[in-house]
Amino acid sequence: MNYEAVIGLEVHAELLTKTKIFCNCTTEFGGEPNTHVCPVCLGLPGTLPVLNKKVVEYAVKAGLALNCEISKFSKMDRKNYFYPDLPKAYQISQYDLPLCKNGYVEIETSDGVKKKIGLTRIHIEEDAGKLMHENVDGSLVDYNRTGVPLIEIVSEPDMRTPEEAYLYLTKLKSVLEYSEVSDCKMQEGSLRVDTNVSVRPVGSKEFGTKIELKNLNSFKAVQKALEYEIKRQIKLLENGETIVQETRRWNEQKGITEAMRSKEEAHDYRYFPDPDLVPIIVSDEWKEEIRKSLPEMPEHKKERFVAQYGIPEYDASVITASKPLADFFEKCVLEYSSAKTVSNWIMGEMMRLLKETGKEVEEVLIKPHQMASLLNLIDNGTITGSIAKTVFEEMFATGKNPEEIVDEKGLKQLSNEDELRKIALKVIEDNPKSVEDYKNGKDKAIGFLVGQIMKATKGKANPQLANKILLEELSK
Amino acid sequence: MELHELKIHELNDLLKKKEVSAVDVTKAYLKRINEVEPKVDALICKTEDFALKKAEEADKMIKDGNINDLTGIPVIIKDNMCTENIRTTCASKMLEDFVPPYNATVVENLNSLGAVMVGKANLDEFAMGSSTENSAFKTTKNPWDLERVPGGSSGGSAASVAADECAFSLGSDTGGSIRQPASLCGVVGMKPTYGLVSRYGLVAFASSLDQIGPITKDVTDCAIVLNAIAGHDPKDSTSVDKMRKKDYKEFLKEDIKGMKIGYAKEFFRQGLDEGVKRSIEASLKIFEELGAEIREVSLKYIDYALAAYYIVSSAEASSNLARYDGIRYGYAAEKYEDLIDMYMVSRSEGFGKEVKRRIMLGTYALSSGYYDAYYNKALKVRTLIKQDYEKAFQNVDVIVGPTSPTVAFKIGERVEDPLAMYLADVYTVPVNIAGLPGLSMPCGLSDGLPVGLQIVGKHFDEGTILNAAYAFEKALSFTAKPSFKGGAR
Ligand SMILES: [Zn+2]
Repeated sequence: MNYEAVIGLEVHAELLTKTKIFCNCTTEFGGEPNTHVCPVCLGLPGTLPVLNKKVVEYAVKAGLALNCEISKFSKMDRKNYFYPDLPKAYQISQYDLPLCKNGYVEIETSDGVKKKIGLTRIHIEEDAGKLMHENVDGSLVDYNRTGVPLIEIVSEPDMRTPEEAYLYLTKLKSVLEYSEVSDCKMQEGSLRVDTNVSVRPVGSKEFGTKIELKNLNSFKAVQKALEYEIKRQIKLLENGETIVQETRRWNEQKGITEAMRSKEEAHDYRYFPDPDLVPIIVSDEWKEEIRKSLPEMPEHKKERFVAQYGIPEYDASVITASKPLADFFEKCVLEYSSAKTVSNWIMGEMMRLLKETGKEVEEVLIKPHQMASLLNLIDNGTITGSIAKTVFEEMFATGKNPEEIVDEKGLKQLSNEDELRKIALKVIEDNPKSVEDYKNGKDKAIGFLVGQIMKATKGKANPQLANKILLEELSK
Repeated sequence: MELHELKIHELNDLLKKKEVSAVDVTKAYLKRINEVEPKVDALICKTEDFALKKAEEADKMIKDGNINDLTGIPVIIKDNMCTENIRTTCASKMLEDFVPPYNATVVENLNSLGAVMVGKANLDEFAMGSSTENSAFKTTKNPWDLERVPGGSSGGSAASVAADECAFSLGSDTGGSIRQPASLCGVVGMKPTYGLVSRYGLVAFASSLDQIGPITKDVTDCAIVLNAIAGHDPKDSTSVDKMRKKDYKEFLKEDIKGMKIGYAKEFFRQGLDEGVKRSIEASLKIFEELGAEIREVSLKYIDYALAAYYIVSSAEASSNLARYDGIRYGYAAEKYEDLIDMYMVSRSEGFGKEVKRRIMLGTYALSSGYYDAYYNKALKVRTLIKQDYEKAFQNVDVIVGPTSPTVAFKIGERVEDPLAMYLADVYTVPVNIAGLPGLSMPCGLSDGLPVGLQIVGKHFDEGTILNAAYAFEKALSFTAKPSFKGGAR
């Protein structure tokens, strides 16, 4: 029997508001434990929450960017449970009337198929604190994160493969970054992912038993955990066993999922409307105001890049997948006319170095005008293309101007005919075999000889000139 | 007359004329507290040093010509309102050592006017009760008869005013907790419209019902204190911000000719003491003689109010009180096995019986499978009762009736019977359910104990209530004072 997986994702993203959702404490990451707190976010007796309007604005922005309907009327509810990181013993969240609903995200799978993944809802809520178990007898709690605003984005169970889940997350992250509502840094916990997965025979309309996966620390981890979990579930069914509804934890080291808790231990959260807060009303005027403030989304940017700069669609989609990268590209193009050259450099050298160093685009030291200078140095013959790559690496590492690097390291292109001719003659003398090959009609040998000239000049020789001189000398 | 017998406006006259200083006034009240407190037990703590410091500041304000209605006036605050660096216990073992780092907004308001806090008043634990017998620390006695309860939950606040331990006090009212003790202690108490007074810093019992209000010796003082505490607070989302600030003293007029005064026939049925009934009927006559028009109104769903109240208030309380888990502050278990055990032991030992009863009731009402049958149904009843009042107020300006079905009952009499205790609030609860303003004032004596008249008004129409109450007060001139009779000590 053939099985298919049914995958749904729940994503929590911290919003980039300056202050917390119900008080004026900073949302800044880090800070000594329990320094970003006040009586309100500590839930001290008698204190009351006051909803930060910016949180609603940002969540509506995310909702609009993700094609959601925005509720004119929504409310905050209390989710009651005891845990030391939750100072009021309830989390203020939204239950039956979320701020945004019925949206979608469009993904494109590796075989070029476009698919819409539905979004059930987006709601706002407060984050909890953090338990720390290291180096202490017992546990300590840091409440700095308590009350940081979150949006929870719940997808429909529309994904069928781990790849689709990965693409969905990538796209979602890109849209959230684009709309400037979240910085989506998984390592700082500002983006967190839980997933639900079940399997069923292909063609079946009913859902199988749902397993919830936790401890997914990267999009790749989501993909790997799903791959493992789907195999595990199919194997169970093939062996005639039943799947029990439970929460499982992804063990990154072992590459397996492990049981955490079963449904019997599930909480009754006793949701009810928070009587300390008033309903949230989003008027049409406010909604339109927020819509107008939305920056250009990836698809539109991609289309515009193709039309405006004439770069291939593939280049445009790679560059626009990351907003900071797209911004860098556009600034470079302002200073340098050949957009295709810029895109080649970004997609080649820049992305290679980003990957190697693990840096974020925002951390790159190269300024767009420096990038343009570098490309101009190639065009006017000051340096060769291969030297330019060395210069770029140095720029990436230090942020220095390319001219400076060229001067300091003496990387200027060698275009002096006399000097080059001397080197060419030496190369001809040292490589009689290749010379003979060439004379016997093996044109490829010329490439080798040019290469030898480049080697002798440490890549600085003007390649066209070197070629011309070689041909002259060999035909003598 | 002794200083401690004076009303706010009388003390204010003396202070203005500089016949006495704020320090003189404060010392007189501190002395009075020392005299009567052993009999009444109205206070959880006396704030002597703090009061003398504040009195000096008040004298400086007076010297600088900055005197207002409350400068130098001694006040007692119910011990469920947070006071910066002064213990706020809610009469619970759970918060016995809790010292808030902030003031409730109402406390902040009184401080800025130069009022002088001389102590914090006893209450039923977390304001849950109608007799102060649920306090973890002491039972307050009724100054009219020390063997009887002062009512609750603001029993300490009402008894302290009746016993002249302060010029006025603040109470909180969730289902009658200001009006019922005011009634039983023969003083004036008002629960303002929900949203008129900030709840910030009031330790929550039932957030959608709680409201802070004044307990005073007369109606004029009630208006003065209301002026000080009413108004929008950006720290409380449920405090109303579209209201124009009123001067409630402007409503203190004796003329109520043509005022339409309703009485609900449902309030005069079984369970109402004969003596109370007589006083209320006599009160209606007085209103009539003052030129008011008396009309009968009907509150059809009133019988369901108490049930709806206990579901909604307990549901909210079960969530509001969940934060007392022994981790960050408050009572913590000494011995426990794991996290769950620590929660259970801390909460079992830290809370009293009635609080635990309501937490269980509320938790049950919100549980999946029961939510619709209880919580949702209670919300529907709430809507119906609101509509009842809206309809009634199409024909009348205020609705009057008894505040409590009985006069003060004996200490211990209802402790073992929660339902009998809950019935003490049968006339006050519907007013909270509908979010309306209500005032209780003395309207006579029955068996030597004060009877309270409740006047309920339209939303944010405290003015009309004060007008009716002021005219009634002038016509009745209730001058009886508590005798401090009985009691073991
Ligand atoms: Zn805070």
